[in-house]
Amino acid sequence: MTQPLLRVHRLSKSYGARMGCADVSFELWPGEVLAIVGESGSGKTTLLNCLSTRLEPSSGLAEYRMRDAVWRNLYDLSEAERRFLMRTDWGFVHQNPADGLRMTVSAGANVGERMMAVGSRHYGTIRSTAIEWLGRVEIAEDRIDDEPRSFSGGMRQRLQIARNLVTHPRLVFMDEPTGGLDVSVQARLLDLIRGLVADLGLSAIIVTHDLAVARLLSHRMMVMKGGHVIEQGLTDRVLDDPREPYTQLLVSSILQV
Amino acid sequence: MNSIATYNFAYLDEQTKRMIRRAILKAIAVPGYQVPFASREMPMPYGWGTGGVQVTAAIIGPTDVLKVIDQGADDTTNAVSIRAFFAKVANVAVTTHTADATIIQTRHRIPEKTLREGQVLVYQVPIPEPLRFLEPRETETRKMHALEEYGLMHVKLYEDIARHGRIATTYAYPVKVEGRYVMDPSPTPKFDNPKMHMSEALQLFGAGREKRIYAVPPHTEVVSLDFEDHPFEIQHFEEPCALCGATGVYLDEVILDDHGGHMFVCSDTDNCEERRAHGHRGVLAGHALEAAE
Repeated sequence: MTQPLLRVHRLSKSYGARMGCADVSFELWPGEVLAIVGESGSGKTTLLNCLSTRLEPSSGLAEYRMRDAVWRNLYDLSEAERRFLMRTDWGFVHQNPADGLRMTVSAGANVGERMMAVGSRHYGTIRSTAIEWLGRVEIAEDRIDDEPRSFSGGMRQRLQIARNLVTHPRLVFMDEPTGGLDVSVQARLLDLIRGLVADLGLSAIIVTHDLAVARLLSHRMMVMKGGHVIEQGLTDRVLDDPREPYTQLLVSSILQV
Repeated sequence: MNSIATYNFAYLDEQTKRMIRRAILKAIAVPGYQVPFASREMPMPYGWGTGGVQVTAAIIGPTDVLKVIDQGADDTTNAVSIRAFFAKVANVAVTTHTADATIIQTRHRIPEKTLREGQVLVYQVPIPEPLRFLEPRETETRKMHALEEYGLMHVKLYEDIARHGRIATTYAYPVKVEGRYVMDPSPTPKFDNPKMHMSEALQLFGAGREKRIYAVPPHTEVVSLDFEDHPFEIQHFEEPCALCGATGVYLDEVILDDHGGHMFVCSDTDNCEERRAHGHRGVLAGHALEAAE
């Protein structure tokens, strides 16, 4: 592990005169989980969308180390390459599972889609891999032929994770993965994500406004405000010893039960 | 009474035919690719073959012989009307014999008799996009064709096997043309898919409402999609045609009464008639219908 996986240099995105995020630089290492926290409108989702090439930044660059160890600027990739990356080496977990799943095809087909997209043409293999992955995200095997529409919110989110991880990506983007779930389901999901990330040695970039999620999942975190990264460091350091006044405010506003 | 004089030959004006011919040439040059074209209003409703009629009108000449079939039959409303339409507006010879025709416009079947060089088969297509029911966005499906992202097509077949234990798609069965574009062969039964492969005839597809033309040139590879452990298969029928005794042809079930009496007859009426003219007899040929009970 001598090289990072992703290098971001002075990335900015503005929507006309308004600024989405400005001058963001960081490196992400293999196996590392980075949390981006901040209040609504602080630019964290804009940053995530830029990193995952869903948005084109106004300036700056992000370089990714491909599987063949070649560094490529993400914004110089052709659309075909970007889409290939998106369905093989990357994953994207949406806040709303309906955005990331095909709601009208069965759970098994949802998990199998990426395999078929990269050329798998053996039904038996696709099916057994789908069963294995449903097991890993704690979805019962007998639900494999049900549509995600009949799943609860927590199950849908777990299915979305399985669908993303089936091609063994190296980098997963997550946008508020626990948003909209009740607290006990959130806790189980966090536990699951933490286990999977550790087992598979995934790198992940997680956007969240929930500091508890950042505390549990991430090794390192960045705090954003008004489009700028105002503080970054090891998660425990930032949360236990916040230096910026805004971070101190954020940490102190967590409800203690 | 000479109202035909008010129409141009074959109904469409020359500029329109030229535009459609350009689309057809492009479609032939890129087999399986859906070429957009400025589809015209035709004197018939969408869904009745406006696309096929426009393609036929663009390619037909005074010496052509036209055959029109609907589900294999020459004598159904759609077939009779379109045949009469061209007999009137183009004054061309029409036929029901597959072998005599130079242009065959079809809805949902390919004739049983192997088509030969020089013949053109024109399909009427309702929905040309094979990915449509899985991906509703046109911008996205076009991108998927451009980038050859066809994993989704197998998702549909996967769903079939998961639900029915086999690939249950029986018509509009997706094919890959010349190893590149995935194409919807219009709602022909999958029984006809192998006939498209390396056919000597030119196959043109017209979708009037969706404004798309695509083509399979002669001697082009057409492969039906499948899984390694669930290979593509065509339909098989237990019994031969009840009128002409033919086997290995596509049969329609005809209900005879309300006591469960039924018979299977050739869907291709021309093929059936020709066989009977040659003395082939099925179990119900020439008998009273009560015999079915």
